[in-house]
Amino acid sequence: MSEHHYHDASNVVNPEHAEHHIVTPLQYSYVYGGLIIGTIITVLAADINLGVFNPIVALAIACTKAVIVILFFMHVKYQSNLIKVTVGAGFFTFIVLVTMSLVDYMSRAWGLW
Amino acid sequence: MANTIAAAHEHEATASHGHDDHHVSLPQHRHHFETQEQQREAGSFGMWLFLLTEIMFFGGMFFAYLLYRNWYYDAFVTSSNQLSVPLGAVNTVILISSGFFMALAVWAAEVRKKKQLVRYLILTTIFGLAFLGVKTVEYKEKWEKHHIPGASFDVHEFINPAIDAKTGKAEQRPLAPDMAQKTQVFFFLYFAMTGMHALHMIIGLGLLGWLIYRAQRGDFTDGYVAPIENFGLYWHFVDIVWLFLFPLLYLINRHPLQ
Repeated sequence: MSEHHYHDASNVVNPEHAEHHIVTPLQYSYVYGGLIIGTIITVLAADINLGVFNPIVALAIACTKAVIVILFFMHVKYQSNLIKVTVGAGFFTFIVLVTMSLVDYMSRAWGLW
Repeated sequence: MANTIAAAHEHEATASHGHDDHHVSLPQHRHHFETQEQQREAGSFGMWLFLLTEIMFFGGMFFAYLLYRNWYYDAFVTSSNQLSVPLGAVNTVILISSGFFMALAVWAAEVRKKKQLVRYLILTTIFGLAFLGVKTVEYKEKWEKHHIPGASFDVHEFINPAIDAKTGKAEQRPLAPDMAQKTQVFFFLYFAMTGMHALHMIIGLGLLGWLIYRAQRGDFTDGYVAPIENFGLYWHFVDIVWLFLFPLLYLINRHPLQ
């Protein structure tokens, strides 16, 4: 009886339940257009002399494009919280590793980086 | 069955059993998963864990790039300008197109259109091959100009840059001989990073051939989308790596004389 009571064949009471979402070709073509425009902007922005801001702008555009790919092409926007947190945790860990390594690197020869 | 309560429950149990049978309708649904949705999510979760290890793998190389670019900035600028921006930009567009067709392939599998699935997978493969073709042209030029790190690496061009015929001035700022040697660090990272990226694409193209064969057989247009979906995640990840490689390697500083 109790087993029957908690049985949830369609998985709807599972907190990880996420409605299965199919992204349409039209939505994919918008994403595709956005990525192409991003590429053009990257090349044009590199030709403008922004000094130290050139790499920052280039990385900002690349990060934006990467987020678009992850959210739509890789369907993370429509996934359960488990997948979203997993992806976020991975990038967060990567940033922690880079930051801590840079802190070590920069503090060893202060001012000479 | 005189007991009416038991009789009622027996009926309920068979009804529930029938319901279960409806859910376990596909041969691909493994018995240790409660539902297909759970199985699918476990698959995506595993695929993402693999991709996180890939982020760490490529991340290590990006970090090496960050430190050496900081150290040998002048050498990095000069060697970066040896790379062809048009070829790099065209390759970015080619790779994004390949990813777009891969996304459409996932859609075709979801809506169970076999012909379209096969067609989109073939287009993904063609654009993937085109990317590697352009990469081959670029590598060949580096070989011819002795820009592959090692014993036959030629720093001549970095110490005595070519003279622009129109202005009569050097095309690049000349590098001191010790800094000119450091251009090898840039080219080492260039070949390591684009080479590992290309290796991932070659592995992906091999998997695509296998997926096309199975898609043709109708394996993925009967409600079993997981292999297509998870391969899509891999392919898009390889795209993302290139989205960072392109600006970081090709577009470091387009104003070397200012």
